Formats: sequence, C-alpha cells, structure tokens
Amino acid sequence: MSDIVSEAELQAYADGRLPQARRAAVEGWLAEHPEESERIAAYRRLSEEVRAAYEGMLSEPVPEHLKHAGSRRLPMRRIAAVLAWIALGAVLGAGAMWELRPERIVLQTQPDGVVMARRAAMAHAVYSPEVRHPVEVGASEEQHLVAWLSKRLGVKLRAPKLDDAGMSLVGGRLLPGDSGPVAQFMYQSQNGRRLTLYVRTEASKNRETAFRYARENNVGVFYWIDRDAGYAIASGDLSKEELLRVADLVYKQLEP
Amino acid sequence: MDEAKRLVELIPRLRRYARALVGDKAGADDLVQDTLERAWAKLHLYRRGTDLRAWLFTVMHNVHVNRVRATRPTDPLHEDMPELAYRASQGDTLLVRDLDRCVARLPADQRAVLLLVTLEEMSYEEVARTLGIPIGTVMSRLSRAREKLRAMMLGQAASAARLKLVK
Repeated sequence: MSDIVSEAELQAYADGRLPQARRAAVEGWLAEHPEESERIAAYRRLSEEVRAAYEGMLSEPVPEHLKHAGSRRLPMRRIAAVLAWIALGAVLGAGAMWELRPERIVLQTQPDGVVMARRAAMAHAVYSPEVRHPVEVGASEEQHLVAWLSKRLGVKLRAPKLDDAGMSLVGGRLLPGDSGPVAQFMYQSQNGRRLTLYVRTEASKNRETAFRYARENNVGVFYWIDRDAGYAIASGDLSKEELLRVADLVYKQLEP
Repeated sequence: MDEAKRLVELIPRLRRYARALVGDKAGADDLVQDTLERAWAKLHLYRRGTDLRAWLFTVMHNVHVNRVRATRPTDPLHEDMPELAYRASQGDTLLVRDLDRCVARLPADQRAVLLLVTLEEMSYEEVARTLGIPIGTVMSRLSRAREKLRAMMLGQAASAARLKLVK
C-alpha cells in the first residue's frame, strides 16, 4: 500500500513536513512520475518566492500608531512636541510656564481645557482628603475598575503605572462632567501624598493641546487634550516639578 | 504584562500576513490596527501558556472575515474578476509584483491557507485551528491555491514572453 501517495502527502512533501517514515515512499513515487515531480518542485519554488516577496514587511519599522493600537484608544501625538515643550519650560524656568489664574481663565484661548483643569482641581480637593472613602472601586479590583470606567466613558482607559514616581494606584471613581461621565483615578505615595488623574472624553475629536499648567487653591494641575480624551493631573501635595514628571509618565504610557 | 510585550513583537508578522492577504499596505495596516484593538480588548480571554501567535492570527482572521462581510456581499478577489487596480509599490521587482498580483487573485479562503502555511509556516493543524476549518479542508485549499498560483505565474511568464515577441 505504501506506493499509493495522496495529494495531501505531496503537499506535505513540498512543505518539508512529511513524516520521515513516508519520505522514501513519496520520493520513489515522484521519481516514477516526472510531471508530478516537476509540479511539486514548482510548489517549493513558489513558496520560496512568496516568502521572499513579503519578507520586507518583517524588517519594516512598525508605524507608531500600530504599536499602541488598542493598548489605548487615544490617537498618537508626537512625544517630541511634548518633550520640546517640557524642555522649553525647563530653559525658561518655571515662571515662564503657562500659569493661569482661574479667575481669568475664560479669557484664555483654551477656555475648555482650562475649565477641565478647574474641574479636576475641584474633584481633587473634594476626594483626596477622604480617609475612608477616597475611591469607589479600589486598586485591588483594578481590572474591574478600568473596565467599568472605560465602559461608562465609551473609550478604552488604562490606569497608568506611576511607580517610577513613587505613586501607587488607590482606585478610582466616576464623576459627572459637563458633557458626560468623567473618570478619576487616585494615586498615593508611601507617605500618603496623593494625586488624581482626571480623564474626560472630548466631543471634538481632532483637537490636541500641549501640556499646560494651572493652579487653583493650592492644587496644581497639568492638563492636555488629545483628540478623544482630555487629561488633567492634579495634586496639592506634589511640587510642580514632581507633577510634571508624573504628567510625563502618564503621557508616555498613554501614547509613548 | 508579558503577553502585551509579545503581542507587540508579533506586529511585524501580522503586518506581513495582512499585507499579503489584503493586497495593499494601507488596507493591511487598517486590518492590523483593528486586530490589535480587538486583541487588546480580548486579551483576558487568551489562555496563558497557549500559543499567542495562533490566538492572534485567529483574531485577525475573524476581524478580516467580519470586515469583508460588512463591506461587500461577496469577495471581489475572485479568480474571474478582472485584474485588480495596481497596488505594488515602486522598487518591487517584476517577480514580486507578479506574485503579489497573483496571490491577490486567489480566492480569499485559499489565499489565507496558502499564506499561513507559506509565510507563517504554521503546521496544518495550526492553520485548521486558526481558520476554524477541518484539516482536510486546509489540505484541499492549499492544494488548489498552489495549483492556481502556479498556473497564473506560468500565464504571466507566457504573456511576458508574448509581449517581448510583439516588440
């Protein structure tokens, strides 16, 4: 029976995947059927050629937006622009950074972002002093927390890891915003200093802003808008430099 | 998370397969993006210790099938269809362009099998699992895809030779 060779065996032979035990039989059969032998040889050549034809895709650099597709829904923004902004801030010194007094906010060119910063500062001031109920869902249920908030906001959220800044996640809560639900994540350091990350969805999905800084009633806020989401990082405990470092960490994780 | 890192590492392979499957780079990257978004959202369903690549290609296959279904009633890349609009980029050799064109003209389900076997070098069992078809179907599609591709490439060679004669 070993001289009966199936088409599936021929295919496996072409792929070099025929079990050793059958190889001799198939080779013997092919030797007696030159046309078939030529066909299988052609398949082998074609496989090589197909591999070679698309080989280049493997070494081609992966577009940035694909590297982060889905790990966050937020569209890319060039980190370089932000780093340049931060560097500029460092060069000019803190005084030259955009510090806005909330009373004058409505006159600024980014009133909407500033309103967000203000809401974030207020939410921070309300919840961060809480000892017993700082969050609705604790960090022990992080997955559930993130899934829940993502669902309510309608965007895929993540709770950034801020260990590099010595802050760990306490948990989060849902807040009412001007145009829908808002998520607040709370972080805390070993010695009890707190910061909150405020995330809202954006109606106009094609707007981007640089990092901005505002201060309201001793709560410092770094904030930015990136197409479908606006972010604000607020803390009364951290210095502006520390907050900027956190903002940078958050930004990098959301769209490195 | 470990899977997350490996998932990112698999992107070039997803792109290669998608490029050959869809036929153009932009369309391929759209498919990869949809696949990745879905994969991230479904990563909790992935069972650790199992083959992440196979899982990812299954996700891509499902996304692709849904997209094809959603955008057009039948697959246009049918063998009877007229030649596709030109898709290859400059710098490709003639052989690569011919191959790419011929691959694109294979019936979609045969093309998927051929590419998973050839590019990804998946075992026939893996291909069967990835595409959700019996292994016998994998073998027959593979056989038909190869024969069709061979015939088309021979045809290309023949018409190229005729062109030369006409000149």
